[in-house]
Amino acid sequence: MPLIWIFAAVLSLGVLGYFLGRARAIASASGDIRILHSLPSYYGTNAFLAATVPALLVMVLWLMIQPGVISGRVAMMLETGAENADLVQADLRRLAQGIDRAVATGEISATAARALDAETTDIRALLAESGAALGTGVTPETLAAAQRIRALTRSAGLAMAGVVVALSGLGLALALKATTRDFRARNAVERAVLALLILASSIAILTTVGIVLSMVTETLDFFALYPWRDFFFGLEWIPSFEGGSDLGLLPLLWGTLYITFIALLVAVPVGLFAAIYMAEYAGRRFRSVAKPAIEVLAGIPTIVYGLFALVTVGPMLRDYFAAPLGLGTSAASVMTAGLVMGIMLIPFVSSLSDDIINAVPQSLRDGSYGLGATQSETVKQVILPAALPGIVGAILLAASRAIGETMIVVMGAGAAARLSLNPFEAMTTVTVKIVGQLTGDTDFSSPEALVAFALGLTLFAITLGLNILALYIVRRYREQYE
Amino acid sequence: MTAAKSLLAADAHTRRRNAAETRFRAYGLAAVLVGIGALVLLLTTILGNGAGAFRQTYITIPVTLNADRLDPAGNRDPAEMATVTTFGYAPMLAQALQQHLQAQGIAMEGIGPRDLMAIISQEAPAQIRAMVLQNPDLLDRTLELEMLAGGRIDGYFKGRVTLQSAERDANVSPAQLVLAQAMADAGMIETRFNWAFLTGSDASGQRPEAAGLGVAILGSLYMMLVVLVLALPIGVAAAVYLEEFAPKNRLTDVIEVNISNLAAVPSIVFGILGLAIFINFAGLPQSAPVVGGLVLTLMTLPTIIIATRAALRAVPPSIRAAALGLGASKMQSVFHHVLPLAAPGILTGTIIGLAQALGETAPLLLIGMVAFVRDFPAAPPEGLFDPASALPVQVYNWTQRADPAFVERAAGATLVLLGLLVTMNLIAVMLRRRFERRW
Repeated sequence: MPLIWIFAAVLSLGVLGYFLGRARAIASASGDIRILHSLPSYYGTNAFLAATVPALLVMVLWLMIQPGVISGRVAMMLETGAENADLVQADLRRLAQGIDRAVATGEISATAARALDAETTDIRALLAESGAALGTGVTPETLAAAQRIRALTRSAGLAMAGVVVALSGLGLALALKATTRDFRARNAVERAVLALLILASSIAILTTVGIVLSMVTETLDFFALYPWRDFFFGLEWIPSFEGGSDLGLLPLLWGTLYITFIALLVAVPVGLFAAIYMAEYAGRRFRSVAKPAIEVLAGIPTIVYGLFALVTVGPMLRDYFAAPLGLGTSAASVMTAGLVMGIMLIPFVSSLSDDIINAVPQSLRDGSYGLGATQSETVKQVILPAALPGIVGAILLAASRAIGETMIVVMGAGAAARLSLNPFEAMTTVTVKIVGQLTGDTDFSSPEALVAFALGLTLFAITLGLNILALYIVRRYREQYE
Repeated sequence: MTAAKSLLAADAHTRRRNAAETRFRAYGLAAVLVGIGALVLLLTTILGNGAGAFRQTYITIPVTLNADRLDPAGNRDPAEMATVTTFGYAPMLAQALQQHLQAQGIAMEGIGPRDLMAIISQEAPAQIRAMVLQNPDLLDRTLELEMLAGGRIDGYFKGRVTLQSAERDANVSPAQLVLAQAMADAGMIETRFNWAFLTGSDASGQRPEAAGLGVAILGSLYMMLVVLVLALPIGVAAAVYLEEFAPKNRLTDVIEVNISNLAAVPSIVFGILGLAIFINFAGLPQSAPVVGGLVLTLMTLPTIIIATRAALRAVPPSIRAAALGLGASKMQSVFHHVLPLAAPGILTGTIIGLAQALGETAPLLLIGMVAFVRDFPAAPPEGLFDPASALPVQVYNWTQRADPAFVERAAGATLVLLGLLVTMNLIAVMLRRRFERRW
């Protein structure tokens, strides 16, 4: 892997720089480090940073830009319509990688790979042996394009190696040149470290920007193919990969909200009462056992809840409730997913509410007891009203978590998009359909795949809105007791 | 006016209030018990379903590896012997089983040759073929070979399949189970601990008995490696900047709001991000641990940043003041004094973040980790780009298969996952106990 070698080369230049810079600084002070502005190791670190950081940054940028540039160059070779250009590009890339892998595993020699002829050899079969599955057949044009990709990638790789190592050497040389006894090495190093720290914290912003950008561009593509009114107000969800699908959001949203509602119906009373009991009634020993036990529920991965829904809760509800009552025969149902999700949310509601109830000052309780109220009257009439904004915030956060939850509904709710009131029927949610539309081989130019990005953006907007609302309520209505 | 009341005897109103008090208290206790009961039910059903996956039924019979059939060319060249597919081995095993049963005097009532073969796993011919190809000298010898029993036979010895359920099952007949029981009584069949479940690779839908978790465990390990290498330095650097250096201004406000929001973004959205940016835009391969690792890194960052900031805040200002007073620069005071003192808290937060990432499934579905992967990925760093599975995804994958024996495998895989999570959290708790300092 040449990338590793470039990385290793830059790193060894950096290490070399460290020792050279340190030695040079000590030499410039003729061995008496008291004359130096900074400690000798700072001169070394300065040279190390100068040799590595700019070079590695350029390498990362290069790697991010390279595929796009190469695709652009190759796209000019092919006469294809705009609508499946992405697909063709992905196929070409896979073909090029397949040939590379065949060379790497020794299936064919490097020279033979360059002389491949689509007319005479069955390239698909050849590549299938080395584990590359191609979607479409290989024509001479696509083969030529793939060969061009390989050539461009190879020369780009060489160019990158040259540029990066040269930059590393240049940085090293400049840093060494600057290394004299009066050079403020510590200040330089600290500025560089601060810049790196800022870079690290900006990754959080970059992630958000990446999330929004990736979904917005694809969603716009989707709305170019499918009218947005039909998406937001459509009552039918019938995707068909031959085209002419109905992709209405409402049935999915209905399933999502219905399941969320049932989950909250379970989680809010149980969580709230558990929090009240633990904050107001439980002794220290009971609390020290019960509180962690309930919080374990929050640490269990959602796939485990999904398995629980699929194997235990679903069949149980079907056999003991739905089937005898004549309400349905499906193990996957709104009720199954809602119940299990409710269990998952208990610790969210309870531990947040617990903190909030504990934050209500003791003087309020004492005042209430002094007026003759019982403990439960104090809770109901003094503590809960005082803690209400926080509790509402906790419930909203739990709702946002329920709306975005995926594995439980994938395994427990079913896949049929339905607008129905019967909780024992299988329904589906936004997240289930995102998974459904994007798993497996997908054609990223069809509305059936792109709709997942629109669903994702909708989901992102709803959960973000709920989170912000929760924070706002907590901040706006928080009682100040001091 | 009512008559004067005794303070010692409760009147109706007081009794009502006291009853309400008792009721309220009972509701609270009931809620706590419901929570704990749900936890217990969850764990016991998973344990009940999954414990069987750690045991496996094996058949041991003497088999003569017939050279005429397995090496038609007769030159013991593995390359030529490879032309004999598993279909060449299967009849040989059936014959060996039949002969051995006859020699032992075990009756085979109502059992045809196909039924007999179904007692042995479909995986067994492949295993023996691999063994013979590796060591051609075994040919023409009679060996005591140990093979996997078929999925239903395995289920019978674990109590999952019974004589009653076999009558309704198209894949197994009661006669086969009776025969299997007779074989077990004769010592040919044994059920014991199943290492292959932890080390083997996945198997196709007809062979639940051969499916193992090896590739998934390795894939998860690779992803955790990527997360650790990326998320720990970046997260700590971001937290140090925000907590120690950042001026109070718009930009840092935006960053802080961003981080708390990222912590609440649904995990599936990160999957969409990974698919759009890392796979479609940057052209990284599907199903690769490196992509999974990158996505999980972005998800884990907020956890690590928040934990690190809390740990930094817990270091008292007097430490910083003392360092500055002795002439250290701000950067030196942070990196030489504050950060080492915050290290236990940072480590604990990192382990908890890793544990979360280990159990995450939804984003991995979108980046293609659901694909059926049998081959182990190579050693890192190249192996990070090879297709692999992940533990939680493997659980999901197995639940989607038709054979009910895969439910046992899925629950077993869940137990492995939960075991890893418990271990990680225990380490975090121990670190906290051991190094926690009250200032």
